[in-house]
Amino acid sequence: MTGNPTHSGPRTLYDKIFDAHVVDRQPDGTCLLYIDRHLVHEVTSPQAFVGLRMSGRKVRRPDQTIAVPDHNVPTTPDRVAGIENPEGRIQVAELDKNARDFGVNYYPMNDIRQGIVHIVGPEQGWTLPGMTVVCGDSHTATHGAFGALAHGIGTSEVEHVLATQTLIQKKSKNMKVEITGKLRPGVTAKDITLSIIGHTGTAGGTGYVIEYCGEAIRDLSMEGRMTVCNMAIEGGARAGLIAPDEKTFEYVKGRPHAPKGAAWEAALAWWKTLFSDEGAQWDKVVTIRGEDIEPVVTWGTSPEDVLPIGATVPAPEHFEGGKVEAARRSLDYMGLKPGMKLTDIKVDAVFIGSCTNGRIEDLRAAAEVLRGKHLAPGVRGMVVPGSGLVRMQAEEEGLDKVFLDAGFEWRLAGCSMCLGMNPDQLAPGERCAATSNRNFEGRMGRGGRTHLMSPVMAAAAAVTGHLTDVRELMAAPVDA
Amino acid sequence: MDKFTTLTGIAAPMPLVNIDTDMIIPKQFLKTIHRSGLGKNLFDEMRFFPDGTENPDFVLNKPAYRDAQIIVAGDNFGCGSSREHAPWALLDYGIRCVISTSFADIFYNNCFKNGILPIILPQDAVEALMKDAENGANARLTVDLESQTVTGADGTAYPFEMDPHRKHCLLNGLDDIGLTMEKAPSIEAYEARIAQSQPWV
Ligand code: SF4
Repeated sequence: MTGNPTHSGPRTLYDKIFDAHVVDRQPDGTCLLYIDRHLVHEVTSPQAFVGLRMSGRKVRRPDQTIAVPDHNVPTTPDRVAGIENPEGRIQVAELDKNARDFGVNYYPMNDIRQGIVHIVGPEQGWTLPGMTVVCGDSHTATHGAFGALAHGIGTSEVEHVLATQTLIQKKSKNMKVEITGKLRPGVTAKDITLSIIGHTGTAGGTGYVIEYCGEAIRDLSMEGRMTVCNMAIEGGARAGLIAPDEKTFEYVKGRPHAPKGAAWEAALAWWKTLFSDEGAQWDKVVTIRGEDIEPVVTWGTSPEDVLPIGATVPAPEHFEGGKVEAARRSLDYMGLKPGMKLTDIKVDAVFIGSCTNGRIEDLRAAAEVLRGKHLAPGVRGMVVPGSGLVRMQAEEEGLDKVFLDAGFEWRLAGCSMCLGMNPDQLAPGERCAATSNRNFEGRMGRGGRTHLMSPVMAAAAAVTGHLTDVRELMAAPVDA
Repeated sequence: MDKFTTLTGIAAPMPLVNIDTDMIIPKQFLKTIHRSGLGKNLFDEMRFFPDGTENPDFVLNKPAYRDAQIIVAGDNFGCGSSREHAPWALLDYGIRCVISTSFADIFYNNCFKNGILPIILPQDAVEALMKDAENGANARLTVDLESQTVTGADGTAYPFEMDPHRKHCLLNGLDDIGLTMEKAPSIEAYEARIAQSQPWV
């Protein structure tokens, strides 16, 4: 391959992608890394574009830069009338202008292809195996599901990439997370990724790029793999990766920006070399048995506060060090008492969406649980497809009807409630079963309480009005 | 980023110690989409009364200092929050140089990313320059980065220390981006290679 390999011996997938993108390497190991895809959204990019204007610079590769507004956009049909919040409106208008002036690829708010940046990239075939992908957004890790090296960057770096198509980087360490065997029914990609964070903690991946592997990962669809990689950042890792395979190629093939014809064949030949070599060196290895993973939920205000749904709320004294105080604060914020069963926690709202679980498969899975059922009294439910195309696909399959019949709101694409930057927010004290990725204090609205879980678990909570083991709602075996 | 070579300008005295970035640019102005435009809110809560009128006692509101390009400040300038909005606001107002006995680390670094020269001088030099600055618009200081000196109104030159790499970047107007741009041939070579081997990228 191209590049200046760091090792001559067996390499990890991360080593291979990194090496292939080195433009320049300093004696101290600082590298200039070429960036194949730069995704841009309205919140972290304005100052970077201003920087370009101030210094009279251009976007070096507008053809490799893709912009879409997602964080601030309202998800109600009246959004064509404009964004009410003046600051949000300006940020989106600014992105419109910057995209136009600098000639980057753009999906404006009212384009059917608009959606959450991390859903749009793969959907349009921008994200391809072996690429480097960056975005001024921490959940860029999502794209690692394709065997792309993908991570979030700051606003100064956004400007750096816009201007130079490169990023100044030092190599991270290699971490392998292997999920062996098969998942049990009712257990999903979200349960895998939450369980890993529960296992390693939110700092467990700090300084590493994680490669997820093992039979349970192989068995996942591309959607599921994206869910797993999406939360690599919650485990502290710089990026998460999954080696591409036939499923990956199948997903990519025919997408608008995927290679075609001879280029496809050439791409495929390279992509097939993208795996960690036998004997590659790992700085850290974590192995979890797929059979041991249960449907999980979070109880606190950190994504590491994960427990199987059958558990009880822990007491702060169960923890050690600084976590004791953190747990106390979490329980206080969440309004929970140690010892209560997780399944006794009542919810006020259910949110299905976000870059973690806003893809078609997530909606199908949730709809399957909801079909013929209704939201519990007093519970409000919101489904926010991750992109306009996901929404369209779901409507073609009649999923919108399932959600609407169940009493859910069926929204337009965007980040929505995942963070309170747009009108979709929790009220103070409101408790939500959410398929998003962060349960931080105030994340979904000031005083709002978030329990993270999979789409099927969120659907189950919607039906019963409290956190629920989805397996209890799943069709009972016919032969009794 | 603009180059910084020499600057002759009016110096505003701010003898207060621990001027933090919250004072430099209060939090309500961080929602902006710009790096520029923050100058009108520089030192907002010191510069303006709650009703929005100017506080005539604040140094930058005095006629002699309205066009100041240099601030001579008390110890530990720029402490507190890491917001890059602080150097953005200073720059937007027109301040290109701050002189003090010490700076908070992050603010100090942020200055170099934005073409602002923070100069550290010993206590007695800062005191002498502060006195000069207090003479109003007549007190123009000259800062010469190449020779690493600040020259007061009376002709006294004060030498200052500067990291050679940072000096090089400021003199040539190079931020990280500027430096990377110097490697344009490597980037072009990479792109040419990839255009051959991986045309789909
Ligand atoms: S859905 Fe949530 S986590 Fe994902 S990009 Fe939007 S705000 Fe960030």
